[in-house]
Amino acid sequence: MMISAAVLRGLASLTRARASHTAPLAIRCYSHAKVETDEEFDSRWVTYFSKPDLDAWELRKGMNTLIGYDLVPEPKILDSALRACRRLDDLASAIRILEAVKDKSGPHQEIYPYVIQELRPTLQELGISTPEELGIHTV
Amino acid sequence: MLASRALVRGLQSGFWRRVSTSSGAWAAHTHDVDVLDCSAPQYNNRLDTPLPDVPFVRNLSAEQKKLKEKEKGPWTQLTKEEKLAIYRLTHELSFSEMKKGSKEWMTVLGGMFFFFGFTGLLVWWQRVYVYGDVPHTFSQEWIDKQTQRMIDMRVNPVHGFSNKWDYEKKQWK
Repeated sequence: MMISAAVLRGLASLTRARASHTAPLAIRCYSHAKVETDEEFDSRWVTYFSKPDLDAWELRKGMNTLIGYDLVPEPKILDSALRACRRLDDLASAIRILEAVKDKSGPHQEIYPYVIQELRPTLQELGISTPEELGIHTV
Repeated sequence: MLASRALVRGLQSGFWRRVSTSSGAWAAHTHDVDVLDCSAPQYNNRLDTPLPDVPFVRNLSAEQKKLKEKEKGPWTQLTKEEKLAIYRLTHELSFSEMKKGSKEWMTVLGGMFFFFGFTGLLVWWQRVYVYGDVPHTFSQEWIDKQTQRMIDMRVNPVHGFSNKWDYEKKQWK
């Protein structure tokens, strides 16, 4: 640390008019924006889908946006989305959401069974069949 | 156009056949207009957009409307076939059908090779029937004299041509 500071001062003396450009070494150039934690992200989305008067467009927009992220949504977010489908009398979207979760897992084949296991009470309560039960999981 | 209309009628002959009656596509089919209204939301099958903007089937028959009414009640009372029918009303292809892929690449590759071969035939014919004789400087006699001359003037003596000629034994190394 000390040696490079001396070098820097030496360099500064060579280039006379450039003193303002020598950055102090102690500060890193990271952004100062606040990073959202995973829990905040999850609760934000759960709240989004929990809106009682969520309309069909907002459900589609929310779901398509969520699928666009580089992550597989937590079961609690999906639970909230499935209940929103129930409020909107939209069974097809509920099944589609489960298909999308499986697709988002990609090569990690343990994620989808875990999600279904977590959602099983909700699926049974609302009467949502999984794609496997309907036979559309394969061609 | 005619082929797709025949296809639509063929599909409609089955029970719950999946026919897109979403307004844009249907208008194009029934009024024989090739213009799709691109300002209206369209149905699409995309993995990254799981919930499309409009359902696949918009103009529901009476039976389909009854099914939609039943959907408003508890879903536990729907049979598997009814759930599947509801799914197919809104979505044309399931995820696995979307990801299926086709054998089209074989056709493409085969077509490529066919045209490569055809071009090869044309090139061969051109070489034989269009091109004239090569210059006389390609004849064996000329090349022999040329090679001897190159050896005599020590062309590329370090690493190249003359380096490969053994001047003592008067032969190639």
